[in-house]
Order: sequence, then structure tokens, then C-alpha cells
Amino acid sequence: MKKKAIVCRCEDIAEEDVINAIDEGYTDLEELRKKLRIGMGPCQGRVCIQLVMKILEKKTGKKVSKVSLPTSRPPIVPVSLGTLASDKNEK
Amino acid sequence: MKNKADVVVIGGGVNGCSLAYNLAKRNVDVVVFEKKYLSSGATGACGAGIRQQWSTRENAELSINSVKIFESLSKELGEDIELRQGGYLIAIHDDKEMKQAEKNVEMQRSLGLKVDILDPGQINDIVPILDVKGMQAIGATFCPTDGHANPFKTTFAYANAAKRNGAKIYTHTNVINIKLNNKRISEVKTDKGSVKTNTVVNAAGVWSKEIAEMVGVKLPNIPFRKEIMATERFKPMFEAMVISFRDGIYFSQQKEGQIVGGIPIPEERSGYKTIPTFSFMQHMSRTLIRYAPVLKHVNMLRHWTGFYDVTPDARPILGETEKVKGFIQCHGFSGHGFMLSPMVTKLLSDFIVDGKTSDILESLNPNRFKGKKIVKEISVVG
Repeated sequence: MKKKAIVCRCEDIAEEDVINAIDEGYTDLEELRKKLRIGMGPCQGRVCIQLVMKILEKKTGKKVSKVSLPTSRPPIVPVSLGTLASDKNEK
Repeated sequence: MKNKADVVVIGGGVNGCSLAYNLAKRNVDVVVFEKKYLSSGATGACGAGIRQQWSTRENAELSINSVKIFESLSKELGEDIELRQGGYLIAIHDDKEMKQAEKNVEMQRSLGLKVDILDPGQINDIVPILDVKGMQAIGATFCPTDGHANPFKTTFAYANAAKRNGAKIYTHTNVINIKLNNKRISEVKTDKGSVKTNTVVNAAGVWSKEIAEMVGVKLPNIPFRKEIMATERFKPMFEAMVISFRDGIYFSQQKEGQIVGGIPIPEERSGYKTIPTFSFMQHMSRTLIRYAPVLKHVNMLRHWTGFYDVTPDARPILGETEKVKGFIQCHGFSGHGFMLSPMVTKLLSDFIVDGKTSDILESLNPNRFKGKKIVKEISVVG
């Protein structure tokens, strides 16, 4: 399959993958996220979620409420387990 | 919206959706109400593990039969649920745990499960990156047919198959009241309309308590916030889920390469809070590095919370209440709802359609806590 516009770089999801999922009935942003894993990669949705919202609004004609945006998950940016495990007194 | 149904299921998690599928397959007219989206509760936060190694016979039987269903589920439902059977390795830390493990293994083997007790020297054959000394293991049990599957995809696959068989699933639909007629269910009211029915299944996870209160039934369930994390992806290094009942930790590397795992925080309290804690990040990282030092170089990507719907004996509550006829309970999974769902919902659908009960449903019935001695499931993590 020829993929044209990449929506999610972390999971390699194209615009048409999102459109197909919406056509299959996944019309909730969270359901799309769980179906396609968009927003679960290293970027944590910074690149893809806005684009997916736009596609969803265009396809369904319904405005996606800001309230229903996926929750931001700590640590927000990737942090090594070694750093998280360290004591404040350690160098 | 439909105005009547044979059965109304409240809750669109994995258990609600698989029950809807099992009922619809048997030509039952079934409706599901979900207040948010499918898998929005505990299912969506689930650690994905599927384990058959338990201390109580009921959980072992339910999970062994569930694995048999999981093994052919992708084919049955026509969608890939991403099952991978890499086994569960359960660390044993001392003589007391060893005695319990021997007892558990004997019971599990009597049910036909292949499960072994490993020497410390065999642990690295299963998971090479473990530091046997650091994790303080004097042995382990290992069952090769345990594993994990994708809880979202399983839920969606069940829901899609249920719909193909005639079930109606209404998301973003809130149940606001349940009406009785002569101590029997008669109607379910939602914010989008009402449905007449004589049977309601309460599969609302930690919100099951609120549903039960609508008909004057009190449940003993207590919600616990649980935390779980995922790392970045890296080269696959092991397939088994590693768990410890003493340390409460569980972790595995999924097929795509990320480590997913959780641990209870020392200052854990019950309640409906969903805010992730810094304590978890620290406690999880420290324990994980003690078990597998090489992981200190790996980045944590995200960490989230979900609920355990915990009962007094850490086992699910299944079946009809004495007080209200037609009110069927399917909750209280205490952290194990995903892995037990295939068999639980099959037994419940047999009960709803044929009135057929079983030893398991009898011993896990909602009325078991009244003045009787509780047999507690002790093989619990997270």
C-alpha cells in the first residue's frame, strides 16, 4: 500500500489509516488512539493528536471538544530509569 | 434508541463487551451502555497480562479455560487480539514463599496446567537480563502458556463481533436509574432514553457500586488507584512476564519492544484519585533496576493510572443478587478482569440463557461475604 501523508511518525500511521479507522466506526479520539496507538510513542501526541483531531472533525462534522483530549502522561519527555531511580544526593 | 431488550449490560469494558458477544451469539437481544468510550475504565489502563498461576482453584480454573478461549479468539472474532504466550516467571524469595509455590503448583497441575519450579540457575535461561541476586530469588515458578494480549483490541474485537450478531452498543450514554417491579428489574433509564428489560448485568468496574446503589444493593468493593508505565522501545530481549508477590512488581517486554510494568506505591490508599505520583516513578525505577540493572539506560515514556476494583477476597463477584431478581453482577476482578474475561462471560451467558450454574459461579456469588469465612486469593501483584 502506498502511504502518502504520515500523521503519526512514532507509529508510522498515515492519514488513510486514520480515515479507515473512522470509517470502521472508531469516531472517538480516545478509541482511535487505542486502536492505532497514536500518541503513545516518544512524541506523546505532540505531532499527531492535532492532525487526528482535524481529520476526525472533517470526517464526522463534529467539533472535538478540548475536554476530550487524551490526558498528558508524565514524565512528559522521556527520562531514563536510572535518573528516576537516583537519589537527590547522588551525583 | 431501542425501548426494550432481553438483557442490558452496563459497562463497555472487556467484560461488558465479551458478555454482549456471548449473549448475542446465542440470539439474546442485548444492549450495552457505556458512559464514556469502549475500554475507557480499567480495561484501557490494563497491564495486558494473562496468568494461570493462582493460589485459589476458582481463579486457576477460570484462567486456564480463558487461555484456551484466548488461543483461538483472533480467529473466532475475526480480528487480531495480539496474543503472545511468553510465559509468566514468578520470583520466589524465601522458604515460606517456596512452600506456598509448591502448594500452588500442585493444585495448578491437578487442573492440567504445565508449570514448573525453577532453580535460581534456570532463571536466566528464561529472562537473560535478570539479576538473580539483585532480585533476591531462591527460585521461581514458570508457566510457558501464560502471556499477554492487547486489551483494547480484544475489547473492540468483542464489541464488533457482538454488533455483527445484533447487539446494540451505546457509548457516551450514562445510566441514571434502574427501576424495579416487585423486587425484579423492570427498566433502565439513561440520559439518552429508557429501555425496558428484566435483566441487567452490572459490569461497570469500580463504578459498579454506584449502579448497585440505584436498586438498594450494597457492594463490598473498594477502588484502588494503580500505576503503570511504559518505556521506549528497544530490541526484544525476553518474552516472559516477570512478577513478584513480595515486591508487588510486574513487568514484561511487549512484542514491539517497550517494557510495560507496575508496582504498588508504599503509601497506597483506596479511593477514586487518578493523578499519577512521583513516588511510583521512583519506586518502579528502583525496583526494576534491582531486577534488571541494564534497564537503567532505558527511558520511561509515560506512566498512567487505572483502577483495581478490589473485593474482600480479591476474587470477582459473579451472578445474581438475592435481593433483586434479574440483577447480575460481573465485577470485583481485583486487577484480573482482562485475563479472566473469556471464561467469566461464557459462564455468565450460560447462566443468563439457560439458568445453568456451576461450582465456580456458586463459590463466587455476590452473597458469599455474609458471615462466612473468606478464602482469599493471595497471588496478587500491582
